[in-house]
Amino acid sequence: MPDLTSELRRICGDDRVVTHPQALRTYESDGLLQYRAVPRIAVLPDDAEEVRRIVTACRDAGVPWVARGAGSGLSGGALPVEEGVLIVLTRLRRILEVDLLDQRVVVEPGVTNLAVSHAVAPTHFFPPDPSSQIVCSIGGNVAENSGGAHCFKYGFTTNYVTGLQLVLADGEVVDVGGKELDVPGYDLVGAFVGSEGTLGVATRITLRVVPRPEATRTLVAFFDHTSEAGQAVSDIVGAGLVPGALEIMDRLSIEAAEGAVHAGYPNDAGAALIVELDGARAECDAAFGDVVSICERNGAAGVRIAEDEAERELIWRARKAAFAAMGRLSPNYYVQDGVIPRTRLPEVLERIDALSREHRLRVANVFHAGDGNLHPLVCYDAAVPGEPERAEELAGLIVAACVEAGGSITGEHGVGVDKKRYMPQMFGEGDLEAFQRLRCAFDPAGLANPGKVMPTPRLCGEVPGPYRQHPLEAAGVAERF
Amino acid sequence: MAYGAMMVVSPSSYEEAAAALREASASGKRVRFRGGGTKLDWGNPVPDPEVEISTSRLDRIIDHNAGDLTAVVQAGVPLRRLQDALAERGQMLALDPPPGADDAATVGGILAAGDSGPLRHSYGGPRDLVLGMTVALSDGTIARSGGRVIKNVAGYDLAKLFTGSLGTLGMILEVAVRLHPLPRRTATAIGECDGDPGPVARVASELAHLPLEAERLDAAALSAGRVQAQFAGAAADERAVEAAEVMRRAGLAATVEDGEGMWAAVRSAQRPAGSLVLRVSGLQRQLEAQLGVAGGSSIVARAASGLAWIAVSEGSVEAVESIRRELSPSPSVVLDAPREVREKVSVWGEVTRPAVSLMRNVKSRFDPAGACNPGVFVGGI
Ligand SMILES: Cc1cc2nc3c(=O)[nH]c(=O)nc-3n(C[C@H](O)[C@H](O)[C@H](O)COP(=O)(O)OP(=O)(O)OC[C@H]3O[C@@H](n4cnc5c(N)ncnc54)[C@H](O)[C@@H]3O)c2cc1C
Repeated sequence: MPDLTSELRRICGDDRVVTHPQALRTYESDGLLQYRAVPRIAVLPDDAEEVRRIVTACRDAGVPWVARGAGSGLSGGALPVEEGVLIVLTRLRRILEVDLLDQRVVVEPGVTNLAVSHAVAPTHFFPPDPSSQIVCSIGGNVAENSGGAHCFKYGFTTNYVTGLQLVLADGEVVDVGGKELDVPGYDLVGAFVGSEGTLGVATRITLRVVPRPEATRTLVAFFDHTSEAGQAVSDIVGAGLVPGALEIMDRLSIEAAEGAVHAGYPNDAGAALIVELDGARAECDAAFGDVVSICERNGAAGVRIAEDEAERELIWRARKAAFAAMGRLSPNYYVQDGVIPRTRLPEVLERIDALSREHRLRVANVFHAGDGNLHPLVCYDAAVPGEPERAEELAGLIVAACVEAGGSITGEHGVGVDKKRYMPQMFGEGDLEAFQRLRCAFDPAGLANPGKVMPTPRLCGEVPGPYRQHPLEAAGVAERF
Repeated sequence: MAYGAMMVVSPSSYEEAAAALREASASGKRVRFRGGGTKLDWGNPVPDPEVEISTSRLDRIIDHNAGDLTAVVQAGVPLRRLQDALAERGQMLALDPPPGADDAATVGGILAAGDSGPLRHSYGGPRDLVLGMTVALSDGTIARSGGRVIKNVAGYDLAKLFTGSLGTLGMILEVAVRLHPLPRRTATAIGECDGDPGPVARVASELAHLPLEAERLDAAALSAGRVQAQFAGAAADERAVEAAEVMRRAGLAATVEDGEGMWAAVRSAQRPAGSLVLRVSGLQRQLEAQLGVAGGSSIVARAASGLAWIAVSEGSVEAVESIRRELSPSPSVVLDAPREVREKVSVWGEVTRPAVSLMRNVKSRFDPAGACNPGVFVGGI
């Protein structure tokens, strides 16, 4: 690709075009280390115009490309294509506009999730809060439709993106949506969010932010068993309460997290349930007592209420450390991201338990209990022959159990390369073909992040027949629409 | 079938619906989908279609999973009937657009038209409440996307694409929706002020930025200027009193009441019978200008979101153009309008060219034959 390399150097200068194999290894994986691929070239544009020129150069050379944000994705979405170009967006990190009056922020894609909330503090905040929010980029959040601990009440990234500037794979720059809502036309913003980098690059993102809640009240309740914690969640939701966060950790994840951060969780607890209420102070105060008594009624052995921000942080510290802390208990682990209807929680947890025993591997569970998003962590040791394979099989069976219960293969981490083989469990051939139609409308040549999301490679045919013009359009009247 | 007559089909299964669509499309016919028939003339005026596929027999509530706050319903279920069924278990679909004559508006029709009401303030629009969708495409494919759980990112979000597409991509057959608990207790603060819309607009903006978490927050210019904020929850009254205090401080006459009647009034003022209605996609900062638009006979603004519905009793092309000039550059769409106005005015306003050509690509991939409601959409799609 000598021509493409020199073209990219013309666009970005020598320093921002990486071709040395050793240097390229920085980018060989995203947050899911099981997959590795070294791209031919990595390029670090400075602004949207450079992105446009890079994508155009790739188009001219017929070379596929992958956009990469912070590389914290957990499904291999930013895994490079070996023969392709990796477009690293971390230098596009300007906050372009903070418009509090209209409750909008306009940012470049490389801005971190937390930086958005900081930009609108202290009066407002950006609700989607993935645990990775210190590092992950808004571009990545948009591509994955990321969630976080507070989605049960606040929703996901898709509920907060109002406008996008896109660079399509043919080099066209298209603005969709805006600061306004219900902008005339198809909801292409809605279609793009969650498309995992396969429809183009988002180079400018307009987000809705909301007033920071007046009050926040947090507690953690400890139970002997996850089923009691699960029942408490059902009762809270059944009482018509909508907490900001409802998180459950099981025995194994408590043990791991406690060993790492010493948040004061009892080591013999079978489950911890974090409940955070936020909103108008009067409302929080009224509901908080109900939550405490629901926990007690379900057999909570202890309820710890955060009296100040420091105590709240301590409660959350254990939860936020849960993934990383697994490293203390197990040399390797697989994070799954299945979703189930929350009411099926007890039976699915039992099933996971049984599977875990059959496969002689431990499974820790940390989950967003309000919306039934499980994060089973399958522990294994890659050095023990046969364990990685058993772990993979077990992870697959857990996903299948979620789908069987009426749920989903992924709640927030995306399909990427890791879960594309599970797609046929959720979607039939006609469904997948319909997905492909969208893909072809945006990127008929298939250059944007190929090999992700769809279980098998597909090409785009020509559109059968010419676009059928409406008579008004033919008459030139459509110019005015 | 005589030339010029419309054939109406009312399938009772998804397969029948898909087959009817495929056949019509294969024989080069133009097809329109019909729900409750309350918004059939939205969009560009087009000749009557040759085939109409009605959802009147696709009207089952398939599942209400109260414990999971989800429901699966067929497109032809009238919203009113769905809400009544959900209310029996203390839940609702947080969608309250104008219900149409005889409460006929169906879930599928509301989604296809992208219509919404005052609850938009806290729950988002129809796009934000749909978890999964089953559609029929013009080649007879039945395609599902999304799922039935409240959190799911597997596959593309085609439900968003179909929501607001006015039947131009295919036929919505079934949707899975997210539900919310019906508030046990609500209270509404209402502030009124004659004349200059300034005070009403300022109060509404102030309330939009206070952490009071209103359930609904509208500003309106009806017979008088009015701002109304509804609160839900155990402390609803307390919060409404607080909001009324904010209104009084700004010189408005304020009361706190149950307010259901006021909300019903605002909902219907969004679409007064016989009026021309323009929906403006504006910004919060524009609220005062929206409320003060010259020639608006009734104006309802979702204060925090920048959306406004401006009704004109004597609808004319000039009226639309002058409102557009006044609120420029905010995009706006003509919803209801007499046919003769609709034929002369630009229904969708200006839409930038690259976006329209991307929309055309989407249309030609999903409906290559151009059978689905051709001509009604943006850019003549
Ligand atoms: C410890 C840890 C905790 C996590 N917790 C959560 C959590 O709570 N909730 C959650 O949802 N996720 C979580 N994640 C996953 C991850 O952080 C999110 O998916 C995040 O949004 C990825 O952002 P990124 O910038 O790292 O994207 P990357 O990993 O770089 O890329 C992800 C995908 O986005 C595409 N992409 C990136 N930028 C753009 C762009 N500008 N335009 C188009 N496509 C683009 C890439 O091609 C790729 O497909 C966690 C990850 C880790 C490591």
